Amino acid sequence: MRQNVLRPGLLVDINDLPLNRVEDLPEGGLRIGALARMSDVAQAAGVVQRFPVISQALLLGASAQLRNMASMGGNLCQRVRCSYFRDATSPCNKRDPGSGCAALDGFNRGHAILGTSDKCIATHPSDVAVALVAMDAVVHTRGPADDRAIPIEEFFLLPGDTPEREHPLEHGELIVAIEVPATPTARLSIYLKFRDRESYEFALVSVAAAVRIQDGAIADVRLALGGVGTKPWRARRAEASLVGKLAGEASFAEAAGQELAAAKPRPLNAFKVELAQRAIIRALMTLTNGDTR
Amino acid sequence: MSGVIGQAVSRIDGPAKVTGSAHYSGEIALPGLAYAEIVGARVASGRITSIDTAQAEDAEGVAGILTHLNMPKVNNVPLLPSLIGGPAPGETFFPMQDDVVHYAGQPVAIVVADGLEQAQHAATLVQISYAETPSITTIDQGRADAYEPEKIFGGLMPAQTRRGNVEDGFAAADLLIDAPFRFAANHHNPIEALTTTAVWDGDQLTLYDSCQGIKAVQLTVAALLGLSPSKIRVLTRYVGGAFGAKAMVWPHVTLTALAAQYVRRPVRLALPRGQMFTSCGHREEQEQHIELGATSDGKLTAIRHHKISITSPFDDWAEPAFGVASQLYACPGFEGVHRLVRGNTMTPTFTRGPGEAVGVFTLECAMDELASELGIDPIELRLRNITDVDPNTGHPWSSYGLRECFERGARRFGWAGRNPQPRSERHGNWLIGTGMATAGYPIAFFMHTQRARAHLYADGTAIVQTATQEFGTGTSTVMTQVAADGLGIGLRDVRFEFGDTDLPNAGSPVGSNGAMMVSAAVHNAATAVRDQLITLAVSDSQSPLHGADPAGVVVAGGRMTLAGDANTGETYSSLMQRHIMSDAEAIGSWDPPPLDTPHGLLTFGAQFARVAVDADLGIIRVRHMVGAFAPGRVLNPKTARSQLMGGMLWGMSQALLEGTHMDTRHGRWANASLGDYLVPVNADAPDVDVELIEVEDHVTGPLGVKGVGEIGQVGAAAAIANAVYHATGYRVRELPIAVEHLLAHLPSGPASAAAGAQPDLT
Repeated sequence: MRQNVLRPGLLVDINDLPLNRVEDLPEGGLRIGALARMSDVAQAAGVVQRFPVISQALLLGASAQLRNMASMGGNLCQRVRCSYFRDATSPCNKRDPGSGCAALDGFNRGHAILGTSDKCIATHPSDVAVALVAMDAVVHTRGPADDRAIPIEEFFLLPGDTPEREHPLEHGELIVAIEVPATPTARLSIYLKFRDRESYEFALVSVAAAVRIQDGAIADVRLALGGVGTKPWRARRAEASLVGKLAGEASFAEAAGQELAAAKPRPLNAFKVELAQRAIIRALMTLTNGDTR
Repeated sequence: MSGVIGQAVSRIDGPAKVTGSAHYSGEIALPGLAYAEIVGARVASGRITSIDTAQAEDAEGVAGILTHLNMPKVNNVPLLPSLIGGPAPGETFFPMQDDVVHYAGQPVAIVVADGLEQAQHAATLVQISYAETPSITTIDQGRADAYEPEKIFGGLMPAQTRRGNVEDGFAAADLLIDAPFRFAANHHNPIEALTTTAVWDGDQLTLYDSCQGIKAVQLTVAALLGLSPSKIRVLTRYVGGAFGAKAMVWPHVTLTALAAQYVRRPVRLALPRGQMFTSCGHREEQEQHIELGATSDGKLTAIRHHKISITSPFDDWAEPAFGVASQLYACPGFEGVHRLVRGNTMTPTFTRGPGEAVGVFTLECAMDELASELGIDPIELRLRNITDVDPNTGHPWSSYGLRECFERGARRFGWAGRNPQPRSERHGNWLIGTGMATAGYPIAFFMHTQRARAHLYADGTAIVQTATQEFGTGTSTVMTQVAADGLGIGLRDVRFEFGDTDLPNAGSPVGSNGAMMVSAAVHNAATAVRDQLITLAVSDSQSPLHGADPAGVVVAGGRMTLAGDANTGETYSSLMQRHIMSDAEAIGSWDPPPLDTPHGLLTFGAQFARVAVDADLGIIRVRHMVGAFAPGRVLNPKTARSQLMGGMLWGMSQALLEGTHMDTRHGRWANASLGDYLVPVNADAPDVDVELIEVEDHVTGPLGVKGVGEIGQVGAAAAIANAVYHATGYRVRELPIAVEHLLAHLPSGPASAAAGAQPDLT
């Protein structure tokens, strides 16, 4: 709004709604209120112990000051960092549908390589959403008509031909909570974030990973990528490739390669294809080896 | 004299700054103040075909709008660096004089309103149509039409330098190094944006301006508006960083004065962050190509150093690639050439170590390559080439200290025993590398007479004044020390007053010269008062010092005594009261040595860096930096260290983060925000150690001060780049160095780690 990108006619302050709790659910899941602050969620005992990937993703996002203020619902709804979207001047299909995409042939080093369309290649900026996508979270909403429970992968829409539409919320519909189902695999989970500077910076690539090994083979694996997708990217091809395989660099590299085979890079962000694969391997090696960063 | 020079005094402006009582130029409360917002051109080249201000004028609170249709005409003023002490516009172009657009962001309208938000809103309502013409905004686009200018750097330097015969030098060489480098543009981004508040009282103009030189602001606005400088007063106490962005006087200052005249109210303009990328210059996008010739024992025989860069349509600006880079080593053959491309950008300007930061980077990376090729330790290679005289003139250095910088820096860093083999050290996923570089920064005597006034009261307290300003460097602290020292009184008994053009003249503290030139005037003023009173005492039959040799009298704590006999003497107070004097006063002045002074003039240093590079992902983090510097006399080791440390971190930033990227389709910077233009955060800062090597200098003013403002950055980026090579075995010849440059050169996957394999580097 400060940059004249959005010009809403009416703003409603929802900060007084009683939606800021972080609750442990009886079966081992979490229910996170939409107004819970990032910093509170990151420190909640149930999150730290049962979902380290969520806590780590939160702590690697934004800055301490922002985490103290930013809500979880707001985090999911944050707008993209594409400088052409934010300059309020360049053609941008997300800001001004039909005007074109200046990023396609512009300065797009930070842009997405997965889930792109010829209308938009803006990267989804959230960290915690990547962890939540890996954990199969569910977004609970309340609208004028009814309540809905939206699986988080469906909450984030691919740009396709309608990049202006980023999530399926209807007019008057509000996120009330995010539920994370019990996920024993998440106890061995990690969020790795790679970026140009050490803090207060968006990811070039990030990886949320969780893995359960049984008899040397991968029994369950969760893998999602940030910094490379137009939405928080669940790496389902890689997961499918990994299940049942022996944990090791070869199987990790094979899975990473399969996931990134679908990448559509531009000249300035082509490095992300290789970087993302190496990041996936690093995350899985770290989880399975106790490999140190 | 009182020994307060050289003490690690904490900043006297610290409490005011941390409690928020220090008022900056955008925080001056004024009745009836209105706010201005500039509308910048959306296109990079063309003409304005229509401007419709009707909607904006009807917006709530709008007091007036100026465009080229109603903007008064201003005088043409040539571009001269503020160092020289005259009018110093940042570019010879002044906006809103006609309908031509030369660069994106060029001011095309200025909107004034009762409130800041009202001005911001109304600015979005100004409707402007353009007839756009093709633009050139990168070197690549204009390379075919590159030209060799006569002079660069605001006319200060020739575009070409030659010494000896470079062809003979290359012919005599056993080894050649040929290294081209590319550098992204840089923007200064001080945290306080450029801010001007203009107040007219009849024909008298008062400006509160966030600047590096209040006199330069006064003279520039006077020249542009055709006013007498006596009608203009500039008041600037605190400035929130500058880094060269405020060294010159940019159009918005005069635009604010004209807007205030138009609406007949005080007007404030604070540039929004986005406009900081199109309002106060930048370090230009550039390429440098260096060729070294050397004998097999490491003696340089020839250096060819060429640069091509992009400038504005109006000015031949290039930061010099090879001022210092031509002076560090005794190489018989040197050839330096600058070439320029005219483009649709504003005129570039001084940016943190202008010239040296990039030129010395180029030289020092090539020297590292030479050391690798010859199998000579990088420090040893430099020791074989350094020189006791300026190789361009043959004059001895006014003071040196470079050998000590290498020695003490190396010791502090732990350089000895370094394994020169790249990729020879690995901790976990991190490849560890070390690198070093020489640093140098010029001392330029372009300034005119510097003046200060010292005023001592009969109670032994003093006010010392000069027209400088505090832009975060520690000037006000250090000058208080110099004044106290010169007067021979305690630090708490001196009030240093500054930030007002009505005070005695001080030049713009640019080019790292502030401490040297301002301290010279302050010292001379303080000692002039001291000498008056000593003279009075020795000629006063009632004084215990009667008949003493004035040269044998010392002053400390406000008491004059015989040197070596502390019991014989009296205080200033007793002398002044006896003579019924309420005060004593003197103006001190200092003129720099002539430009052809027979001395080589550089400040020297040595930089060391240890970096960690993620062996698979190419992420670079700096772990340790050591800088050893010989800045003449150190007035305050605490503030000096802080400045040098800051400079070294800027060097890290230059090496790894900072780059502004042009979108050539629109001729606009593509990352004009602090979210997209990265500078380091605290988490990036490594351990930084600074060694101060004091050297005696009898040329650079009465105190022998050189400067610490910028040399901290010079060589720091080269040390890091050399360390990245040492860590990875690959030389990146582009700044900033980023993941994508390294990734293809790092053997993929953790296999190399798992097997502990050393890649084949041959």
